[in-house]
Amino acid sequence: MSAPVEITHAFEDVNLAKLEMSLRSPRTLASAVLSAVAVTASLVACVPLVSVLAMLLYRGGSRITWEALTALPPAAMAAGGGFGNALVGTVTMVGIATAISVPAGILAASFLALIGPETRTASAVRFAAKVLTGLPSVLAGVFAYGAVVLVTGSFSAPAGGVALAVLMLPTVILTAEEAIKMVPTRMKEAAIGMGATQSQLLLRVVLPTAMPGILTGVMLAIARAAGETAPLLFTALFSSYWLLDLGRLNLMKPTASLAVLIYNFSSAPYDNQVSLAWAASLVLVVMVLGFNIAGQVLSRNRHRR
Amino acid sequence: MLQDHTDQIADDMIEGFADHGRPPRATTEDIVIDCRIERMYYGGFKAVRDTTLPIHRGSITAFIGPSGCGKSSALRCLNRMNDLVRGFRLEGRVRFLGRDIYGPKVDPVAVRRYVGMVFQQPNPFAMSIYNNVAFGLRLNRFRGNVADRVEKALVGAALWEEVKDKLHTSGLALSGGQQQRLCIARAIATEPEVLLMDEPCSALDPIATRRIEELMLELRSRYTIAIVTHNLQQAKRVADRTAFMYVDTSEGGRTGYLVEFGETGQIFEDPRHAHTQAYIRGEFS
Repeated sequence: MSAPVEITHAFEDVNLAKLEMSLRSPRTLASAVLSAVAVTASLVACVPLVSVLAMLLYRGGSRITWEALTALPPAAMAAGGGFGNALVGTVTMVGIATAISVPAGILAASFLALIGPETRTASAVRFAAKVLTGLPSVLAGVFAYGAVVLVTGSFSAPAGGVALAVLMLPTVILTAEEAIKMVPTRMKEAAIGMGATQSQLLLRVVLPTAMPGILTGVMLAIARAAGETAPLLFTALFSSYWLLDLGRLNLMKPTASLAVLIYNFSSAPYDNQVSLAWAASLVLVVMVLGFNIAGQVLSRNRHRR
Repeated sequence: MLQDHTDQIADDMIEGFADHGRPPRATTEDIVIDCRIERMYYGGFKAVRDTTLPIHRGSITAFIGPSGCGKSSALRCLNRMNDLVRGFRLEGRVRFLGRDIYGPKVDPVAVRRYVGMVFQQPNPFAMSIYNNVAFGLRLNRFRGNVADRVEKALVGAALWEEVKDKLHTSGLALSGGQQQRLCIARAIATEPEVLLMDEPCSALDPIATRRIEELMLELRSRYTIAIVTHNLQQAKRVADRTAFMYVDTSEGGRTGYLVEFGETGQIFEDPRHAHTQAYIRGEFS
């Protein structure tokens, strides 16, 4: 008998005025302030990227001409010129680094994620890869200097490629491992239940299914490697000439790269070279951005099925 | 003659799969799998004990019982899927056509090519319908006409009419029931001797379930089927023989064991064991 009465009473107790939002309430106020701070902080985080892009477009955009993209770097006092050989050098060295780090990285990731995920080797490799992610890039250069430059006796594109590969490897390994782990167990079971061997499982089911995720990691690694300067200073050095010399390709000699060209020219006392450095920076940023966007697009495709 | 054939399959298992796409088939041997699980462990956990039963050729054998009674674990012993579980250990024997599949020289990969499996969740690969079905053929380097075999398997799985115009679209775009029939088509494309089905309908709606059940009854004439099911009615509808498993908690853990095995009619209408009677009457699940 009494219960319905109490319920009616409880409803009468509700103060509808309290439902309205008011900044006078301390909780609402705190929430609004925090929201404002969060929005501001996220905008501030965008300032460096936006301002760098704006500056590059402003200072470098006007210098992007066919000549800048294809010609050799100008001598100290000369006018004109470009960074064609540096563009080729960067592409070549990133290509070499990709050719080394991607197969090795994917195979290592396959071991970590599929073949022996809980072995002691796997945890050691995983730990090493994580440490290597934080390796100062200059040390990768020192390593390649010792391992390639001193051995072959000259600064060269392969030495630069090795240095960049060392930087790319941990990113490739760790992202590929994650991508392989994301392959649903039931898909792996399906293949094993069909009588697939370990290698058939890997090559026919796991890697194809994980490929978008693996490529995302590869793109991010390439984007990082393309912008590196320090490791190339010790390994590829710089050159004012083409890799292709009188119709013969010789990789075993100092090689230009966009990053080192920017480093050299930006501190030069000549306006022509400084403006070329700006233009080269813009080209490099666009390349890196391109690889980053490609990585994002690939990772988005992974979730669409 | 029969012995030759059995030896042939067993030799294939030992030396890996021979390069012929179609495994030879025995014709009269009645017991295809002789399962004698004495004790089965996952690490220190004893999951199943004392489960001995024969799987008869050309029939459907159902495993029923409450959750956690080791039905799936027992089923997965039959094609060595449990090898994937860390700490798995089996005491006992599982004989396939007379050969112990846990014997030292046996290649578990080859065992799985003769004893196929359909899982609880439909698990097509992220590839086209056609490639899903052709998958097993390619694993075995099948040299015949792949397209014919794919069509035959899809017809066999009662899926052909629905997908024949979109064989190259993704297998993941199909409905749940269609995906499960695709998985069955994939499993029978290589013409295994035995098909293990681990709760194949538990993720499906009643209509799709009914279709899979009809399909099992059609496949029975050509394949030996062992199915784990939570659905008593399903066991009653499709199974020729039924194994009832129950959980034993007396040793501390939850160890499953076989309580009763017999003709389905007998298990459902005249169960001998008190646990079976209670379970069939729906007193626990």
